[in-house]
Amino acid sequence: MSLDLSVLAGEAVYLVAFGLLALGIFALIAHGNLMKKVIGLTIFQTAVILFFVATSAKWQATLPIVPEAGAAGPAAGYMNPLPHALMLTAIVVMVATLGVALALLVRLHRRYGSFEEDDLLDRVE
Amino acid sequence: MIRHHLPALLVVVPLGTGLALPLLATLSSRLAWPATVAAGAVTAALAVAGVFQVLAGGPVHYAVGGWPPPWGIELVLDPLSAFVAAVVAAVSTCSLAYAGGLDDPALRGRLGGGPALCLLLLAAMMGIVVTGDLFNLFVFLEVAALATYALIGAGGGRALLASFRYVILGSLGASFYLLGVGLLYALTGTLNMADLAARLPAAEASRLVPVAVGLIVMGLGIKMGVAPLHGWLPDAYTYAPPAVVALLAPVATKVAAYALARILFSVLGVSFVLDASVLGGALAWLGAGSILVGGIMALRQDDLRRLLAYSSVSQMGYIVLGIGLATANSLAGAYLHILNHALMKGCLFFVAGAAALRLGGTALADLRRMHRLMPVTTACLVVAALSMVGIPPAGGFFSKWYLLLGAVESGHWVFAGVILAGGLLAVVYMFRVLEHVCLEPRAADDHGGGHARVGRKDASPAVLLPLVVLAVGIVAAGIFNASIVNGLLRLAASVGVG
Amino acid sequence: MIGGHDSVIVQTAVRLLLPWIRIFGLYVLFHGHSSPGGGFQGGVIFAASYIVLGLALGRRELERCAPERATLQWAAVGALVFFGVGVAALVGGGALLDYGSLPLPVPEGPALRAFGVLLIEIGVFLAVAASLTLIFVRLAKVAEEESA
Repeated sequence: MSLDLSVLAGEAVYLVAFGLLALGIFALIAHGNLMKKVIGLTIFQTAVILFFVATSAKWQATLPIVPEAGAAGPAAGYMNPLPHALMLTAIVVMVATLGVALALLVRLHRRYGSFEEDDLLDRVE
Repeated sequence: MIRHHLPALLVVVPLGTGLALPLLATLSSRLAWPATVAAGAVTAALAVAGVFQVLAGGPVHYAVGGWPPPWGIELVLDPLSAFVAAVVAAVSTCSLAYAGGLDDPALRGRLGGGPALCLLLLAAMMGIVVTGDLFNLFVFLEVAALATYALIGAGGGRALLASFRYVILGSLGASFYLLGVGLLYALTGTLNMADLAARLPAAEASRLVPVAVGLIVMGLGIKMGVAPLHGWLPDAYTYAPPAVVALLAPVATKVAAYALARILFSVLGVSFVLDASVLGGALAWLGAGSILVGGIMALRQDDLRRLLAYSSVSQMGYIVLGIGLATANSLAGAYLHILNHALMKGCLFFVAGAAALRLGGTALADLRRMHRLMPVTTACLVVAALSMVGIPPAGGFFSKWYLLLGAVESGHWVFAGVILAGGLLAVVYMFRVLEHVCLEPRAADDHGGGHARVGRKDASPAVLLPLVVLAVGIVAAGIFNASIVNGLLRLAASVGVG
Repeated sequence: MIGGHDSVIVQTAVRLLLPWIRIFGLYVLFHGHSSPGGGFQGGVIFAASYIVLGLALGRRELERCAPERATLQWAAVGALVFFGVGVAALVGGGALLDYGSLPLPVPEGPALRAFGVLLIEIGVFLAVAASLTLIFVRLAKVAEEESA
């Protein structure tokens, strides 16, 4: 059985993205510390964003801006701007979620004095 | 002009009012809730007008920004989305009026933040319902979720932990959904639902399609609160401020169910759901499991709100089962259940909040003598309980009837049995609630002796009015169910079918 | 954390740097149409100026420069600017957010659309800068109350 690893040459980004996905979910599940869960969630969301942006890249393509003088070239010569625009929105959502999560954590810490899930479950009862 | 811009106005009105509230609040903090309820009422009126417009003239397509689809974002009002939009807007207006009447101290903070978040939630839910673009759906899902996280967390104490759990699970679900949408985009190059439906058959052979669809269904499943993805729901509904639960419980999970139905039937098509994949069967089993799990867990609860939360998981199972069976009758039943459950769960949670205010708590033991102290509230509770159990003419009977028809005519006797079992479970736990509410405690364990001296002290009129409106709605939905189903839901159920 | 930094060097350096950070934020905003940037990115940089101010000079100084109520109102104003432009397009005869229909004295076509985009980017800038600053200010306040 021969393994044609050259297939992976252009797809390394996707491997990294899915690796980060797995890492993020693992951090989310495995840690009992709420702050680490938040970090895992952020890594997971970043991996999704990386995946999306990676689909828009092309070899030797240029910025998708029509020059003022002269006509636009063929579409294949420009990078796809749509995933970038979408991911801007997703990043904003990620930041807002991070803000809400941190605000909740700060209030939890203020009220119960701990970030550990087990401690919190005990103290909340 | 309003007719032309109607789909956009459904989002614009609550959004604009919500954004303007912090500025309004500087003028006078007493303007906040009335402005909120007014915005909700306008949205509800527009949504109902939208239903009639769609029935008269066919689906309404609106290209945001003037860019035609598939390049631009499209808003679509067809029978299904107009129906769900009307339900969401109308019930949410009652919830906003209830929240305003309750005047929960948790939401009262300066700067008008609480009501503004409620309006943002309403705007986002309307956006989820009218959008015709997959990524736009994600954006609105997240806006709704963010408003929900903050609103739940306003309860303090245990609500913080409940909200945190929802933050983690909800964001996870949304990210799964986004990943699924990304895979579909990479396959077909479009995000517009109608365009995707046209291009998907060409790409259907790819192994990415089941992965993408699975991710999307999982993401929406978390948002819907269907077992086994319901972990966030009981705590969130139990510990959030009563005004917030009143806003969330009737409609928030239903819009996710609508999104699922929309993607399944308008984008993928019924043949994909039933024949080309295990999706229909898997959803039906998930729904059935949810009915049983939610019902059994509800039996064991001693707190009214937690009981109602598990009951919500169970009722969501009916909707998912109906979607999974994907026959004309089961879909009509599922969509009718969206309306009925919104009305009856809304009514029940309104009662729970009012009881908490007057009787001091929501444990079942605290509800003793409620029928003496709060007669109107108890009457509404009884109406809602009858609907939950499935006794005509209350609406709940009819949605279960259509679901049962759908299960029987497609030969799935197991699901018919589950529907009946779920009804039995609902009988048991609702009668448990009614027993605590309507029976006098024996003299020996009459710890609430103080209640005997307090006369009737029902909830204030501002709280009672939305409650009674919902109770009347439950009965009206039952009486007029035939015209709703034949006039509107058959059209909605035919979206993507056949 | 929010007691400010002890070193005079850090405090002075931050005081000198703040205007430049803000100018850079505005630059990123206005050049978003032809280089990486735009409203959100510029807003984040602008908010970073306030965060650096809080970290270096202490919470009291931060409260003086970015009072909570005013910051929330700026955020609302920013969001309403975006929203207002969208509705103005509605009123001007087109669809929601159709910048080509804005009732402005700018020649029709790409120039009007670019101007409309600039307006909404300014709205986004205000909303994002104010929101991120507000998050930091609130978290700092809670942290201080907790350690008090």
